[in-house]
Amino acid sequence: MSVNQEWTPNIVAFCCNWCSYAGADLAGSGRMNYPANVKIIRIPCSCRLNPLFVLRAFQRGADGVILCGCHPGDCHYSTGNYYARRRMTMLFSMLDYLGIERGRTRVEWVSAAEGAKFAATMNDFVKTITDLGENKKLEDLRCKK
Amino acid sequence: MQEMIKERVLTLINEGAADRVLAWETGEFFYDRTPKFFDKNNVNDLKYDSFCGANVTKYLIAEMPKEGKTIVLVKPCDSYSLNQLCTEHRVNREKVYALGVGCRGKIDVEKLRTMGIKGITAITEEGDTLTVSTLYGEKKVARKDALLDKCLCCKGKEHKGVDEVIGDSEETSVGDKFEMVAKLEAMTPDERFEFWRGELSKCIRCNACRNVCPACSCIKCVFDNPKSGVDNKAAADDFEENMFHIIRAYHVAGRCTDCGECSRVCPQGIPLHLLNRKMIKDINELYGDYQAGAEIGQRHPLTDYTLSDDEPSVVHERGGANA
Amino acid sequence: MQRIGVFVCWCGSNIAATVDVKAVAEAAKHEPGVVFSTDYQYMCSENGQAMIREAIKEHRLTGVVICSCSPRMHEATFRKTAVSAGLNPYMVEIANIREQCSWIHKDMAEGTEKAIILARAAIAKVHLNAPLVAGTSPVTKRALVIGGGIAGIQTALDIADAGFEVDIVEKAPTIGGRMAQLDKTFPTLDCSACILTPKMVDAAQHEKINIISYAELDSLSGFVGNFTAKIRKKARFIDETKCTGCGICTEKCPSRKGLNDFNMGLNTRGAVYIPFAQAIPNVAVIDSAQCIHFRTGKCGLCEKNCSAGAIKFDQKDEILEREYGAIVVATGFKPIDASAFNEYAYSDSPDVVTSLEFERIMNAAGPTKGKLVRPSDGKHPHEIVFIQCVGSRCTEDATKGKPYCSKICCMYTAKHAMLVREKYPDVKVHVFYIDARTPGKNFDEFYRRAVEQYDVDYIKGMVGKVSVEQDHLHVQGSDLINNEQIHINADMVVLATAIEPDPTARALGTMLTASMDTNDFFTEAHPKLRPVESPTAGVFLSGVAQGPKDIPETVAQAGAAAAKVIGLLCKNELTCNPCVAHANEALCNGCSQCERVCPYGAITYEDKEVRSPEFRGIKRIAVVNGAICQGCGACTVTCPSGAMDLKGFSNSQIMAEVDAICR
Repeated sequence: MSVNQEWTPNIVAFCCNWCSYAGADLAGSGRMNYPANVKIIRIPCSCRLNPLFVLRAFQRGADGVILCGCHPGDCHYSTGNYYARRRMTMLFSMLDYLGIERGRTRVEWVSAAEGAKFAATMNDFVKTITDLGENKKLEDLRCKK
Repeated sequence: MQEMIKERVLTLINEGAADRVLAWETGEFFYDRTPKFFDKNNVNDLKYDSFCGANVTKYLIAEMPKEGKTIVLVKPCDSYSLNQLCTEHRVNREKVYALGVGCRGKIDVEKLRTMGIKGITAITEEGDTLTVSTLYGEKKVARKDALLDKCLCCKGKEHKGVDEVIGDSEETSVGDKFEMVAKLEAMTPDERFEFWRGELSKCIRCNACRNVCPACSCIKCVFDNPKSGVDNKAAADDFEENMFHIIRAYHVAGRCTDCGECSRVCPQGIPLHLLNRKMIKDINELYGDYQAGAEIGQRHPLTDYTLSDDEPSVVHERGGANA
Repeated sequence: MQRIGVFVCWCGSNIAATVDVKAVAEAAKHEPGVVFSTDYQYMCSENGQAMIREAIKEHRLTGVVICSCSPRMHEATFRKTAVSAGLNPYMVEIANIREQCSWIHKDMAEGTEKAIILARAAIAKVHLNAPLVAGTSPVTKRALVIGGGIAGIQTALDIADAGFEVDIVEKAPTIGGRMAQLDKTFPTLDCSACILTPKMVDAAQHEKINIISYAELDSLSGFVGNFTAKIRKKARFIDETKCTGCGICTEKCPSRKGLNDFNMGLNTRGAVYIPFAQAIPNVAVIDSAQCIHFRTGKCGLCEKNCSAGAIKFDQKDEILEREYGAIVVATGFKPIDASAFNEYAYSDSPDVVTSLEFERIMNAAGPTKGKLVRPSDGKHPHEIVFIQCVGSRCTEDATKGKPYCSKICCMYTAKHAMLVREKYPDVKVHVFYIDARTPGKNFDEFYRRAVEQYDVDYIKGMVGKVSVEQDHLHVQGSDLINNEQIHINADMVVLATAIEPDPTARALGTMLTASMDTNDFFTEAHPKLRPVESPTAGVFLSGVAQGPKDIPETVAQAGAAAAKVIGLLCKNELTCNPCVAHANEALCNGCSQCERVCPYGAITYEDKEVRSPEFRGIKRIAVVNGAICQGCGACTVTCPSGAMDLKGFSNSQIMAEVDAICR
């Protein structure tokens, strides 16, 4: 059931349970609007995000993928976001090197107190992806019937 | 050098220091050198010459459950792979006698063919010149023009962490190994996309790159595991061609020693090493110079961090053209 | 195939105002595996929960999806509801359609569409959920405290007072640590020994405390609640059970060359010695490197004079194996080596001393019996320069020194200056400082007394050079406030040297798999919320081992660490978080990458026989200790073969959610 026929981006947001998922909840409690294209998947820590999941999302037709985690130094597990930071840097670099549009992937650190930042980040990310247009370079056409 | 090696191997086996040797034998064609285990009875068939480009270290993995010690012949570049395999506990260093062998670069018969030399029947070398015998007569070729690409950006002729070295080596590196990566980085994203689509669409998913890669040593690859969510046998569309190579490059990031075997064995001539080398270049630039396999026990950059690492957005901020 | 029930909550109008809850419940009905779907005004209410319980029973549900507020709000509630209806609590998933949907969207159609997608993702996930059972492990009701300074003593006393056995392992021949070396303590100027030694006696006499002195931890295995430690009790060549501490041997010993560590090497001691008068245990120890008997086989005067027959030249190191439920690290600090700072002439003149050496000089039990004299000639000094921040607050890239503030130097320097001026009003005292940091109760008042009442000359600026001249030290420094160079001819210079973790800390950190920062201070599990726990479960931090701190802070932290230990030891068994990592034996390569990224040291390796289509035989595989794993998932991503997975957030579960969202 599509709301309107014109294209709107589909965005997957991976949020760590301790900071960013709580930040997203806070954005909700504060009734801060951001587009409904953003769907959040809860993971225990940003270091749980396997690059396979990011690629899987693009394969299945996501137009943008964003990872939100605790600020460096504030990880619930002490070090998880430091590993995530390196892993995502290398993944993004690889995607960039393959010619995937810059900006389809993003990492943002959002604390449990930063509801406003979460909403602002999502608004900005949705705008970036809308400007970039549909993900055509990294989709599996068989998944888009 | 080949005779010196055989002699030394025999001595080691007779002294009881080892039971077998992993080296090369002649394959179907006179220039084919394929990995092979020898014992003292057939060690005479061991080959070591300018065609031994193949990295044999990965074959040690399957050898580990056997009793006794295996001598492995390693060129300088192979020694890095051996160390990396030991770091990852895929090879038990105590069961291996690493015999370093000198290297002055290995010959790429394909390169001779691309020069237009057909019907090659034999190749002899004297100093810096190759004499190529063909069905149509003899041709002289400068040795340096017929070397494998991986030899032209060799990491250096020092064997890392071997038990002993036989024979001398000569430098073969002629340029900056990151030159081509830098060229790609300077392109626009669309140009890069075209380049890689052009290359990766040639992939026939023969898995040669995966099978030869010493870092791709998983007992069961995620691409063969129906539960991994990414398994597939043959690339059926653009995405899968991308996916396979992205994931492969990512899985070996920080562990790839840049041995160049992936590109050497690719029957489609895809410059796969450029994916790995990009990761290496990024690691060096972002996290400090790192050479996988330089020694046993290293902690690779993706299993490490510093408090002041760059944010992932650095990828989009630093150098290179934009759309 | 699961039998899934979907329960869509209205949350009054909180959800229902922007999400068509009936449409969501209806859409969910058409998802695979969904056998029941409904909506209700308040799912979390008793009636709502009753509805869930009944549906679980009536429809024999194996999985439950609640479309409601955030799981951070009511996940625990609904899990309990499931349990009361006989369903495993981990078969419940929440679709967050309030905070992350209805509250942020205004358009009903948009909100409803998104809510349906979120419900689908939760349904897709619950298809792959498996019942999880929290494991338990027993707790050994004994604690090990490593380090017998004030931190270790206080922690041990507090734990023991709660009724648990405690072993203190101290590497020196006596407990007491650095505090035993101090003269007075700031800001009250009470005598350090007077407040410490009664605590040492309390510890020694406590029936629950066992002091293992002159001993170090050799190895450690196990995990929270179940550690096994091997403790090396070094040979002291004295039978502890016989020695009465009479001290006759120490008087008779003809060897006099050993430097007295307790006095920071300012004087010498015999080869057989008792570190100080109130040492605990009050038992002698033989320094075999200095002992004439060990070097030549002769002498033996101590043995001849010992009426108790306690001398045992043939004593060997002894290994004790003990089991513990909790471990407290209280390894403390040492001052850094001042000889790296050539500009202060520490190596060139005995009259340039560190603060701890100065502490011994001022101490009535010290090498000068508390009389302030110059170490070089024993004369009374007339002018003393104190230099602060020697090796503290250095830039990160400095070749020597530490980047951090050592925290205690400002205060003890004010104390030293004040004590000198109090005892010897004729002595002029100058203090070079960068900032005077006095954030503590009564600290600033104390510092101001030094300046205002005792007329200590505080000069804001650093000393550039100390040079040794004929009978004095020439101190050249800058006064930043008056913007001028200052030259002082001093009789003594005292360096407020930075403190660093004890050199044994690094090896200990490795043994305990407790993480450390780049300066070798132990890191806490959370810098704000779990400051006395190490990220390694069952390992706690007390005192300067965790970071620079003064005595009151150390004692406070010691008590906090003890409280945490008591909280652990009073449990009979530990319940583990069931959402932990586990390795698939058939897929694991044993490559050790997961171990490297685990912040808790939960992963070990073992050689195990494995039979799978790909591999038959013995191979190295990763084993996750579920009692230690906290479920972050760092290992799962590092694993190239996908052997490592996380229960509750498995690869296939997360990918199913991705697929549902991108459908």
